[in-house]
Amino acid sequence: MPTDVERWKSEVYGNEIREHLFRFAEEGWESIPEDEHDAWFERFKWWGLYHQRNGQESYFMMRIGTPNGVLEPGQTEVVAEIADEYARGPETNPEFGDGYVDWTTRQSIQLHWIKLEDIPAIFEKLEANGLSTQQACGDSWRNIVGNPMAGKAPEFVDALPVIEELNETFKGNEDHANLPRKWKVSVTGSPDGSGQGDINDLALEPASKEIDGEEVRGFNVRVGGGLSRNEPRLARDIDVFVRPENAVEVAGGISALFREHGDREDRYNARIKFLVDEWGPEKLRRVLQEDFVDFELESAGEDIREQYTYNAGGEEHGDLIGVHEQRDGNYYVGLNVLVGRMGADDTLELARLAEEYGSGEVRISQRQNVMITDVPEADLDDLLDEPLLEDYSPDPHPFMRGSVACTGTEFCSLSIVETKNRQVRYARWLKENVDLPEGVEDFHIHLSGCTASCAQPQIADISLRGMKTRKDGEPVEALDIGLGGGLGENPQFADWVGQRVPADEVPGAIENLLATFEDNREGSETFREFIARHDEEELEEFIEPEETSYEDPYMHNTKMTWYPYAEDDDMDASPAPTDGDGNSIVADD
Amino acid sequence: MSVALRILDDGAWLSVDDQRRVSVSELWRLDAPEFCDCDLVDFIAEGFTEVSADGREVAVTTYGKCIACGESGVPGRLPVGRIREGSYEGYDRQHVVLRPIERRG
Repeated sequence: MPTDVERWKSEVYGNEIREHLFRFAEEGWESIPEDEHDAWFERFKWWGLYHQRNGQESYFMMRIGTPNGVLEPGQTEVVAEIADEYARGPETNPEFGDGYVDWTTRQSIQLHWIKLEDIPAIFEKLEANGLSTQQACGDSWRNIVGNPMAGKAPEFVDALPVIEELNETFKGNEDHANLPRKWKVSVTGSPDGSGQGDINDLALEPASKEIDGEEVRGFNVRVGGGLSRNEPRLARDIDVFVRPENAVEVAGGISALFREHGDREDRYNARIKFLVDEWGPEKLRRVLQEDFVDFELESAGEDIREQYTYNAGGEEHGDLIGVHEQRDGNYYVGLNVLVGRMGADDTLELARLAEEYGSGEVRISQRQNVMITDVPEADLDDLLDEPLLEDYSPDPHPFMRGSVACTGTEFCSLSIVETKNRQVRYARWLKENVDLPEGVEDFHIHLSGCTASCAQPQIADISLRGMKTRKDGEPVEALDIGLGGGLGENPQFADWVGQRVPADEVPGAIENLLATFEDNREGSETFREFIARHDEEELEEFIEPEETSYEDPYMHNTKMTWYPYAEDDDMDASPAPTDGDGNSIVADD
Repeated sequence: MSVALRILDDGAWLSVDDQRRVSVSELWRLDAPEFCDCDLVDFIAEGFTEVSADGREVAVTTYGKCIACGESGVPGRLPVGRIREGSYEGYDRQHVVLRPIERRG
C-alpha cells in the first residue's frame, strides 16, 4: 500500500505546488484546510519550505539552494535583506538576536520565521537575483555540494561546470521531480576530498583513466552514502568512470534507476543506500547499464583518494578557513562562522566586504563557514583589518573552528534537544577552560539534535547526538557521545561509546577525554589514531561525564516549549498561529 | 467520524487529524518484562514506525531503549491515547505506566 506521502505526491507534486502555495499565501494561513495540513506541508518542502514545529504554527523555515555554495556577486546582499525584512519572529534568540542567516552543512542557506503571506514577495526577490528555493527540500535533487572553491582553487578536474550543468538539467525536471526520497549529490574535482562524497547518495569523485591511449580526467562514481536514521553508510564504488561531458547522462540514469526501483512502500527504507544494501554495487551497475544508460559505461578509473587531506585525521585543516591563493593569483579568505549562524547586519557587511575587496562573490562550505573570493594580494591586509573579521575569524581557535551544529529544537520538529546555542556555549567554555594537547590544531565537535544527522556527527572527532535521560529523577536533555569519525582516504563513522550523558556534563566529559588522550598518547599520535588504537570497551571508559563550571540553560524539555528562549516558554503562551502581520489568530470556537 | 492517524517527520511524530500530538524523545515507564530485566522499563521513545487504532485506543509501534539498562528494540504497540466522540485525548504518558497492547489478554 502506498504511504500517505506517496499518495499526496501522486496528486500534486513538483512545480505545480507553486500555484497552490501562492494561492494560500494570497488568501492567508487559515485558507489551508486544517485536514490538509500534513499533505500541504509535505508538498511545500519541494519549494524549500518546512513548516516549523509545534507552537510555531504558520511560520516556515525557508531553504535557498546555492549549488556548490556559490553566491554570485550581489546575491549575499539579497539574502541579508530578505533575512532582515522577513526572517523575524515573535521572540529573539539570546545568542543571535532576531533576523539571521544559517549557512548549512549542505552549502545552502536557511531562514526562519518566514510567514506564508510573505513567500511570493520573497520568491520574486530571490528569483530576480538568480536565487531559488526550488527542490531545496523534498523528494528530488537537492542542492549539489562539492569543494566550495571549485573553479578557483587547485583541481584535478573542473567540477563547477559539471555541477552547474547537473543543476540546470535536474532542477524543475519533471522526470526527476518525484523520487522515492531525497537525492543528495556531491561532485568534487579537487584532490583534497572536501566534497564529502562518501556521505552522499551519489558521489562523483576525481579520477583518471587511460582511454584509447590517452589519459582522460573525470570522475569515479559512488552510490548510496548517507548518515541518517542510525544507519550510516559510505557511498559504494560501482566501478564506473565518467567523463565530465557524460556526467549528466550517467547521473540522470542513476537518478532514474532510483526513481524506478527505490522503495515507495516504506519511507524508512527508501534512500538509495538501502537499495545498494539489497542489490550490491554489481547489480546496480548492471541495471544502470542495461536499462538507464545508452552507451557503454567505462570501468572505474584511478582515483586520488590517497591524496585526501580534508577531515582525514591529520593536522591539515582542509576546511578552507584563512587566506589561500587561488589559481589565478588572487586570494580567497575563509571566515569561521560559529555553528553557521550570522545576523542579517553581519551578512550585509559580509556582502559589502566581498564587493569592496573581492569580486562580490561569497562561497559557503560544508562546515557552515563562508569564503570571500577573488581578493588581490595588495588588498588582503586591509580586508583582514576589517572589524567583521573579529567575530568571524580567518584564524579561529580550534574549538570554534571545529564546531558544527544543526537547527535543533529551536525550530525543527525532528530534533530532541537544543543545539546551536548549546554548541556556542560548549565552544566558548572549552576555549576558556581546556587546553588542547600539543600540536592539536584541528578538532571537530559536531552536535546533531537527532538521528537525521544534519550536523554530520558521525564524521567528527567528537560526535554528539540528542537524547534524553533522567538526572536526579527528572527528565533532562542529554547527548550520546561518539568517537573516531572522519573522512579521508579511509573514512570512518564514529562509534557511539557514551550513552545519554546529561548535556551539562558533556564539556566535562570532553575535558577528561582530552586529558586521557594527552596522558596516554604515543609520541605525536593524532586524536583519530589514538581512538583507532583502542577498542570499544576502552573507549567507553574514556567517557567520564562530569559537572564543571559550565552552565546549561537548556536542560529542560525544550522540545515541548513553544520557543526555548521565551520568557514564558510554555506551549500555551505561544502567539502562533499568526496572520500576515504577525498578529495572533484567535480561534473562533 | 474518522480520525486521520499517521506518522510524520521520519518517525518523529504521531499526527492525529493533521496535528502533531505525540513525539519521540518522551520518557515512558513500561510494563514490558519481555523487553528487559528492569522492574519497569524506563523507556525513551526513539522512533515511531506504525500507528494503529485498536478499538478506540491509539497505539504506536515504537523503537527505543531502556535508559536504565541500555536494552534497545521494539517493546510492542504502545497505547498513547484514545479517541472519544471523534476527538483524540492523549494519555498522561509521563505519569502512567504503559503496557504494550500485545501483553493484554
